[in-house]
Parts: sequence; C-alpha cells; structure tokens
Amino acid sequence: MSVKISMKVNGKPASAEVEERTLLVSFIREQLRLTGTHVGCDTAQCGACTVSMNGKAVKSCSMLAMQAEGADIMTIEGVAKADGTLHPMQAAFKEHHGLQCGFCTPGMVMNAIDFAKSHPDPSEQEIRDALEGNLCRCTGYHNIVKSIAAGARAMAAGK
Amino acid sequence: MNAPLIGARIQRKEDYRFLTGAGQYTDDVTLPRQSYAAFVRSPHAHAKIKSIRKDKALKAPGVLAVFTGEDLAAAKVGGLPCGWLITDVNGQPMKEPPHPCLAQGKARYVGDHVAILIAETLNQARDAAELVEVDYEVLPAVVDGLKAKAKGAPQLHDIAPDNTCYVWALGDKAAVDAAFAKAAHVTKLEFINNRLIPNAIEPRAAIGQYSRSEDSYTLYVANQNPHVERLLMTAFVLGLPEHKVRVVAGDVGGGFGSKIYLYAEDVVVTWAAKQINRPVKWTADRSESYLSDAHGRDHHTLAELAMDKDGKFLALRVKTTANMGAYLSTFASAIPTILYATLLAGQYTTPVIHVEVTSVFTNTAPVDAYRGAGRPEATYVVERLVETAAREMKIDAAEIRRKNFIRNFPYQTPVALLYDTGNYDATLDAATKMADVAGFASRKRASEAKGKLRGLGYACYIEACGIAPSAVAGSLGARAGLFEAGEVRVHPTGSVTVFTGSHSHGQGHETTFAQVVADRLGMPIENVDIVHGDTSKILFGMGTYGSRSIAVGGTAIVKALDKIVAKGKKIAAHLLEAAESDVEYDRGVYTVKGTDKKKMFGEVAFAAYVPHNYPHDKLEPGLNENAFYDPSNFTFPAGSYVCEVEVDPETGKVKVERWTAVDDFGKIINPMIVEGQVHGGLTQGIGQALTEGCQYDSSGQLVTGSFMDYCIPRADDVPNFQVDTRETPCTHNPLGVKGCGEAGAIGAPAALMNAITDALGVKDMPMPATPQAVWQALKNKKAA
Repeated sequence: MSVKISMKVNGKPASAEVEERTLLVSFIREQLRLTGTHVGCDTAQCGACTVSMNGKAVKSCSMLAMQAEGADIMTIEGVAKADGTLHPMQAAFKEHHGLQCGFCTPGMVMNAIDFAKSHPDPSEQEIRDALEGNLCRCTGYHNIVKSIAAGARAMAAGK
Repeated sequence: MNAPLIGARIQRKEDYRFLTGAGQYTDDVTLPRQSYAAFVRSPHAHAKIKSIRKDKALKAPGVLAVFTGEDLAAAKVGGLPCGWLITDVNGQPMKEPPHPCLAQGKARYVGDHVAILIAETLNQARDAAELVEVDYEVLPAVVDGLKAKAKGAPQLHDIAPDNTCYVWALGDKAAVDAAFAKAAHVTKLEFINNRLIPNAIEPRAAIGQYSRSEDSYTLYVANQNPHVERLLMTAFVLGLPEHKVRVVAGDVGGGFGSKIYLYAEDVVVTWAAKQINRPVKWTADRSESYLSDAHGRDHHTLAELAMDKDGKFLALRVKTTANMGAYLSTFASAIPTILYATLLAGQYTTPVIHVEVTSVFTNTAPVDAYRGAGRPEATYVVERLVETAAREMKIDAAEIRRKNFIRNFPYQTPVALLYDTGNYDATLDAATKMADVAGFASRKRASEAKGKLRGLGYACYIEACGIAPSAVAGSLGARAGLFEAGEVRVHPTGSVTVFTGSHSHGQGHETTFAQVVADRLGMPIENVDIVHGDTSKILFGMGTYGSRSIAVGGTAIVKALDKIVAKGKKIAAHLLEAAESDVEYDRGVYTVKGTDKKKMFGEVAFAAYVPHNYPHDKLEPGLNENAFYDPSNFTFPAGSYVCEVEVDPETGKVKVERWTAVDDFGKIINPMIVEGQVHGGLTQGIGQALTEGCQYDSSGQLVTGSFMDYCIPRADDVPNFQVDTRETPCTHNPLGVKGCGEAGAIGAPAALMNAITDALGVKDMPMPATPQAVWQALKNKKAA
C-alpha cells in the first residue's frame, strides 16, 4: 500500500507517494536524494541518521516517513547558511578536528545543535552523556566533545 | 615565501563536504536503471546445502534474477584468493581451501553467502530473498580455535585435516630452551586475545555496473585499496583484463582494516551486473556487517618470559593458536605470523625468542587485519608479561622496562626485524611525568577512602609500519608488491593536482599530503588538491593499511616532487640564462647562486605549458611527473602509555580515570590530525579491553550481532586523553615519518589490563573487563 506524504524539508515543501513502511530516512535519502543523512545501523543505536524534526533531533531510521506528515524537517544539507557559510556548530567541528571519516558527522552535528539550544555552556560530562545515542568509531570522541563545547558557546554568543 | 606547512595544525580541506552532507559514500551513489541486491545467507554455522529452489522467489514482484553458487561455477567465476602464502614448519605451503563467492554445496559460518537476489527495489529484494528455499542438512560446528584442532572436531575443509591451515614458527628454539633452563625467574601467562568486530560506522557497500558498448565494468565499493581490489578480482576471480574494470572507492566511512579485502559481495554484484545488464547495488545492513565483515584478533596464547635475578630478560617463548574463521580472507594468513611474531621483541633486548603459531579454521566469520593487525596481539603478549614479571619480582614496572630497553640503533631483533631508530627512554620518561605517576599513591588512597580500587598500568609498544619493502614481503610469502605510487600534475597556471595510490577513509590525506606538496612548492595549500580512490584516475596504488600512507604514499609523492623540481630547474636555468648547476631551489623559488636573479615556481610552470622561450632541444614541454616508491625497511613507531583506572568493587565497573600517551611517530606533518588518530586508536584499544568481545555460541550462532549486544565505546566510556609526541625521525624516508594510525589500538589494551589487574590485585583476567567479568574476578580472588 502506498500513501501520500507531505512535509517541509530544509524550508521547502516535499511530498511523494511512498510505501507505508517507508522509513523517514529512506524518504530523505532515496526520494529526496539528500544523502547527507546516513544509515549506520538497524537498531537505532548509531545516530548517523539524526535529523531535526520541528526543532528536535530525531533518529530518522526509527520512524516512518508518514509519521513526519506536516512536519518541519531539517537535514544536514539545510544547516549551513544559503551562501555556504558554516553554522557555528559545523565550524566548531572543523576547527577542533571533530570528524575523521565524516560518516557519523551529520548525525553528530544535528544532535549537537539540538543539545546546545538547552546547554549554552555545557560541561564535558554533559556532552558525553548527550552523545549516548551517537556512535563514532574514528575520533575517540575527544575532539567531538571539544567541538560541541565550542559550538554551543558560539551558538549562545550568537555568532 | 609562505610559512612552513610541515608541522602545522592546518584545518582539514575535506571537512567542508563532510560537514554539509556533501560526502559521496558508496550508498550515496545512484546509477540510472540501478537494481538492488539482497544476499541469502546461511542461518547455520555448518551445513550441507542439499538444494536451493528459486521458483517462488523468481515469481515475486520486481524480482529480476536469483543466482547461486552453481551459476557462478557454471560461469567459471573463481573463489576469493588469499594474498599471502605462509610456508609451514615442514616447508609445506599452508592449506588454502576454496573460498567460493557463493557457497558450493556447503555453508561454513552463519552469514556465509548462499545466493544473491536482485530486484527493482530494495524492499522487493529483501522480501523475495526470504522466498529462496534452501534445504540444509545441519552439521556439527566448531567455533573455538583450540577445540577445532583437537581430534574428533567437526572438519570444515577436506584439504585441511584437523582444521589446521598451518603450523608456523620463528626463532631459535634450542637457544630459547637453553636460556629458560638457566633462568632465575620465569613469568608465565595464558590468555585469549578476544575476537573483535571492526564496525566502521559506514557499512560495506558495492555497486556493480556493466557497459555493453565498452564491454567494461565499474565497481563502486567501500574499500581501502581500489587497485588491489581490482587486481584480485580481475586476475584471480573473474578472469577479466584489468583495463576493462574500473574500481571507485570515493568517500569511505572508516575502514580499520575491514575494507581492505576483496569480499564475495563485491565480486557477485560486478558479475551479476553483466548478467542482467543493469547496475546492481548492495549495501550491508549492520547485522550483515556483524556477520560477514572480516573480524579481528582471536588468539589463544601461552607465553613465558625468562629472566635473570635482576629482571634482565633472557628469553621469550610463545605458543599461539590463531582462529582464521571459516575461510582465508585476503591477508588473513600473514596477520598472526608476519605481523605478529616479528614484533615480539617489543622495545627490549631479549636476546632469543621462539614463537610457534597454529592457524585453524572454525565455523565463524573469516578473521583478518583489524587496526593494528597482529601488532596489538604481540604487544599484549609482551607488555602483559613484562608488567606481570615486574610484579612477581617486585621491581617497579617502569624500571624493569628501562633495564631492558634497546638503546643502540640500528638494532637487529631475534625475530627478523631491523629497528632503524628509536628512543624508548624519551617516551617513557615523558609519559611517566605527564601521568604524574609520582602522585598515584595518594590518588589510590583517596580512591580507597571512597571504597574504590585504583590501579596503574603501562604499555611500551612498538609497531612495524610503512608496510613494506616488497622484496622482504615477497620473501615472506606476499603475493603482491607493497610499494606506493604518486603523480604530481602541475597545471599551466601553477596550481597542482596530486594523484595518490594511498586511500583516505578518515585519515585526512587531502590535507596532510597537500601540506607536503604545498610546502615543497611554496604555494598556499588551497592550490593543491589530492585525488585518490579511483583506478581510472590514479596510475596505481597499493592502498592504505598498516599505517603506511604517509611513509610510503607520502614518499612516492615526494619522489615525484623531486622530479618536478629537477625539471623546473632546467626550465629556470634556461629562463634565467644560467647554468643549471648554478640554479638553486627553495620552496617555490629558483635563484641563481650569488645573484638576485630568480624565477617563481609559477612562472616556470607557465613556461612549461606555454613554451615560447623554452629549451626544446633538451626538454619536453609540460610539468607532470610520477613516482613509485618501494621502501627499504619498515618504519618503527613506538611509544609509552600510562593508564589509571578506578574500579567499583560493588559493581565491577571500571572507570578509565587518566590516560597518557607519548608516541614517537618520527616527523609529524599535521599534529592535529596525528592527535586525532591517537585518540581514535586508543578508543578502539580501550574498546577491546573494556567493552568489546565477539561471542559465538557453541552451535556457531553469533550472539553479539548488533550495537546492542556488541558494545563499541560510547563517549562516556572513554576519558579525555593527554597526548604528546617525541621525535626520532625515520632514517630511511625523506620525510622522516613513521606512521601513526594504529598505535593507540596497539598499545591501549595492555596498558588498560595492566591497570585493571593492578587495581584488583589479580595476576590476570580476560578481556573485555566488563563489570560482570571484573566482579567475577574479584569473587574468584576472594574464594582463592
């Protein structure tokens, strides 16, 4: 059975006919061809698929596309400014070498932006706790923690 | 002139695309008319395949084809080759059972490939794969290496009696036995180096494409060495000419060894693309990664260290059983031999060493190189023994190491390697100071006051990197060369594209290599781009593993730069109307000795492409050079790690409180990137010691088949790391570099287990030291 879905993705309306069982991440990757959102597991553990839904970070692999009906979705492709300038959280990841292979990075950044909204000056422990649902195999998290601390402060300072 | 770029903390050129979602990993590629594949995998660890019925599946919606082992055999598709021949103690070649891409009559591990089903959509492929009816006759299975070689064990391969691939040895056994006979003290340990599942966050993926008009193939694949992949696939499996096959490994989301190999899926989608004349895409889900990516480690070892009364090492005796899994993966046979036994001297002057390795087949996923590959296992043997010996002989753990450090270089070890340089005192002294070992006793008292246990452990590791001199590798059984290739293409307006056979899947080559080139040519790093990962663009390459990229791949680029600079000198001499011998070059500027006459590199490049005023009688136009570099020796990164843990005896929970790492990687191009490599390596090593352990049940079912059951470290499992470096430049490559990618994973498990056993006051305990295992170890201690 297929179903028609409509939502806003990165500020633009997006709609399609999809199978009912289509996951939000599949809709984003396969239908919209926004391939910055990644799939790293099948048990909602790794967080590589994290997107923002109505301002909250969600794992797009663990919900159906039709559950996002009418929602305002932002993916990693929508985070930088229209002119290409990096968001302060993205810039902090670059400055502090918070990424290596880049595969977990979009999910890390999406989760970090949501986290930083409520933690303008987070402690190391708060950041490590907030990363429970985002796995990275390259960085040992050390520089991700530094990046998020700096990114959160930059966001709070309105940079 | 620009500031020096070598040694600078340059932010990475590749980051922008990864941070904005613009990376192009294999699964991000969509080809016109692409179809989707699902593999039918054996649910049994060991079973005869009596029949496979495709008819129901073929009738399902959207299904395009189903192929089995029979179809591959009929098409004369070969099995997967092993790239390293080990010769056993009797001078006989190792047993190399066939490794079919799709099972031929028998499945030998859970996840073994039985059939491929191809359909219009992924959902259709996965649904219909369930309709392929395979009639299995389940056979008894064996998963444990020691049990597999015992009499009466289920036999996997007819050509490998007692499931034994080889018994191999290195070293002087008689001399070792004699040294043990006169030892004042012998320290003995028996342990398992736990099996690990690599878990790059990007699952493996492959898309095969065939062009009828060109009669050529393209394989997009998540892989660390596209030319090796192509060579193995064309020459040994599909029987295709190399020039008709292009392998593209674009952005790759982590490898750690697991993406070195030629896998069955890569071959089958490539072959199938021609059969159905459409691109065939397969992407592993995480469960498939757990089942079918090559695993790592899995050794059982008995190790003994003989000492004199003062703690001077006299001899080392090691007996290891290495579990190869069901088949030989691409480099499997070399890992527990060439990359393990040769490292058993560690940083010490142990005069005689003997090691015997038995490699066995079991009903488990194939085992191959995983970050460190043999060297973590060797370091674990040496450093657990040394720390245990220090405790038994009541010598300080740092002191016993200093008593035995190698200090005269070059140093020939008794296990084949020739260390060119090193300074082990420098890294240990620095680590001891940074870790505030002097303050440990008071921190321990503070922990005890809270009812906690505190322990401290060292590991002083060495690794052989920059793999390898081809002649040496060849004499040891390698079936390939191990050089690297690089090409420097200077464009008419002076910007540069560099093509490298090394492959970056997180290491940041696009930045580090660009630093090397821009520094030499005296140009901004923005003027240099690095291209890798595509056999149609790169002249050749052996790829990235064994921490070889900068030492071998970087040197190949330097050799090509030498040619560029030399040709430029001829051009500059002509333009400056000077003798070539009078022209000097330094980072982008050609000058005439003793004059103020000069030409910038950009002017020389322009002259090479607009050769109006040009020495046509002596030189071709253009400025494009390539080089192949085959190193004369391995490089030998080494370092010292100090780890401090606090253990809650009530729960068994281990908290890594402090971690100090001082590494000697020779010259460092980009310290920021090097530190990142150390952090990541340490975390994988901590994972091995603390959280990760692959478990099969006795029937061969993988019990740890997801991120829920197999715990790779989370952010709150690891500490903030204190890292530093000391530099003794490598003596045999022009950059003086040694490589840094694996160090952390090599040294960390021993340091952590040394700290945990210190905290618990036990001689040994198995990895991973999960809360349950620690709690059990304390309970056993109480009972004893």
